[in-house]
Amino acid sequence: MTQTPCLAAVATGLHAGYATVLLFLLFGIFFGNLALGIARLVRPRKPGGEKAVTYECGELPSGSSWVRFNIRFYLVALFFIVFDVEVIFLYPWAVVFKPLSAAAGSLVFVEMAMFLGILAIGLAYIWVKGDLDWVKSLARRSGTEVGGE
Amino acid sequence: MQVMTDLFARIFGDGLSSLGLLVAGGLTMALIMALVMASCAIVFTWAERKVAGFIQSRYGPMRVGRWHGVLQPVADMVKILGKEDIVPRDADKPLFMLAPFVIFVGSLMAWAAIPFAPGFIAADLDLGLFYIFAVSSAATIGILMAGWASNNKWSLYGAARGAAQAVSYEIPLALACIPVVMITGSLNMNDIVIAQQGGIWRWHFLHDPFLFVAFLLYFVASIAEVNRGPFDLPETESELVAGYHTEYTGMRFAFFFLAEYANLFLVSCVATAVFLGGWQPLFGPVFLPGLVFVIKAVLLVLLQMWLRWTLPRLRVDQLMHVCWKVMVPLALVCVLGAGIWMLATGQAG
Repeated sequence: MTQTPCLAAVATGLHAGYATVLLFLLFGIFFGNLALGIARLVRPRKPGGEKAVTYECGELPSGSSWVRFNIRFYLVALFFIVFDVEVIFLYPWAVVFKPLSAAAGSLVFVEMAMFLGILAIGLAYIWVKGDLDWVKSLARRSGTEVGGE
Repeated sequence: MQVMTDLFARIFGDGLSSLGLLVAGGLTMALIMALVMASCAIVFTWAERKVAGFIQSRYGPMRVGRWHGVLQPVADMVKILGKEDIVPRDADKPLFMLAPFVIFVGSLMAWAAIPFAPGFIAADLDLGLFYIFAVSSAATIGILMAGWASNNKWSLYGAARGAAQAVSYEIPLALACIPVVMITGSLNMNDIVIAQQGGIWRWHFLHDPFLFVAFLLYFVASIAEVNRGPFDLPETESELVAGYHTEYTGMRFAFFFLAEYANLFLVSCVATAVFLGGWQPLFGPVFLPGLVFVIKAVLLVLLQMWLRWTLPRLRVDQLMHVCWKVMVPLALVCVLGAGIWMLATGQAG
């Protein structure tokens, strides 16, 4: 029953839940390896030949597929970062919304409404600019060229 | 977790220290959750084929097992076990081998915070809901790893689409849960369920009109999040062969499959806990909480299957349109609307 105070704190204290999460991580790795290990005992192993060639509908693959992505995926990633940070910001506010409103009235709500309003303007901006369109229309594209942006 | 540690404490008496109890209880819960994931894959692959067959006026699997092909998933599992593990010559081997693990472990870890019944939650985290979102987005990394490491054009397209879709729909998914957090004032999954005590009218999706819309937004976004029809663009078999897991065989492929069906059930479980009252029954006192919870979640899964086999697949531009131009603004309106509702009805302020 002797254990260091630190471990005892982990076992009983605030962070017991996160210790369980760590156990889940370790168990997941173990379980995956176990399944692969069982499969290794059963499955055939005849490496080499054509089956190691990358699948391209039966043709010989032409070149590597480590190519450049379409720029649109980067745009989506950028929007995601902006909005995800905003969601992270919203969560602590949502947790304390009730008690804070009781103390400070509707000011708590108005402040967040202003923040969301600014964010909505940003969304409207990328919407008008056409960055939310997966396929930008030709007219819009030539329009930006004429406008010299 | 509490249930498990109590059980071990009763079995071992004073033989186990508190740390030992924690480890034993945690590992048991992890084993149970892994078995839940595995049974998801077994039950839902069979159910999916039967539902698909029913919707398309055919039988679905009928041969394996005596009744309606019930042993079909077992036969599939045996077949997958016996398949050779092929790593393509041109693939990035370490990444290729790691990707299924990232997806599987990410999914398993999210199960730690699902409250099946009072006390039956592996990790009763104060950040529960937030933790589930955080851990389940590891799947996006796994998808990108799998697609890129395969060095296959189909895989790369599938992975790029899958990642773009998953990150886009994560925004309305997370936004839709904020009104619930505002009402309960907690991210703890147990607290969220307990706040819905007292019959169906206390469940969050009927709290006010904005929360009903938020529930619908969550449901649609969660289908997109787990890459299922009508949002199954990452694995459109008619154009991308199989998407990001084209090059995977045998057990490694099985991990993707397992995680897909487990995630299907996972998002339904989160929807159940957050919006549909968790283990609380329709009316009356708490009765067989675990069963009530699972029934609700399974009904949601069946609804998702129904949608998958009824609706045609979206195009990629429609997918982005729905997310960024419809669901994100609507979710923002829901957050503000729920706030106004709470202030107006005197629940806050």
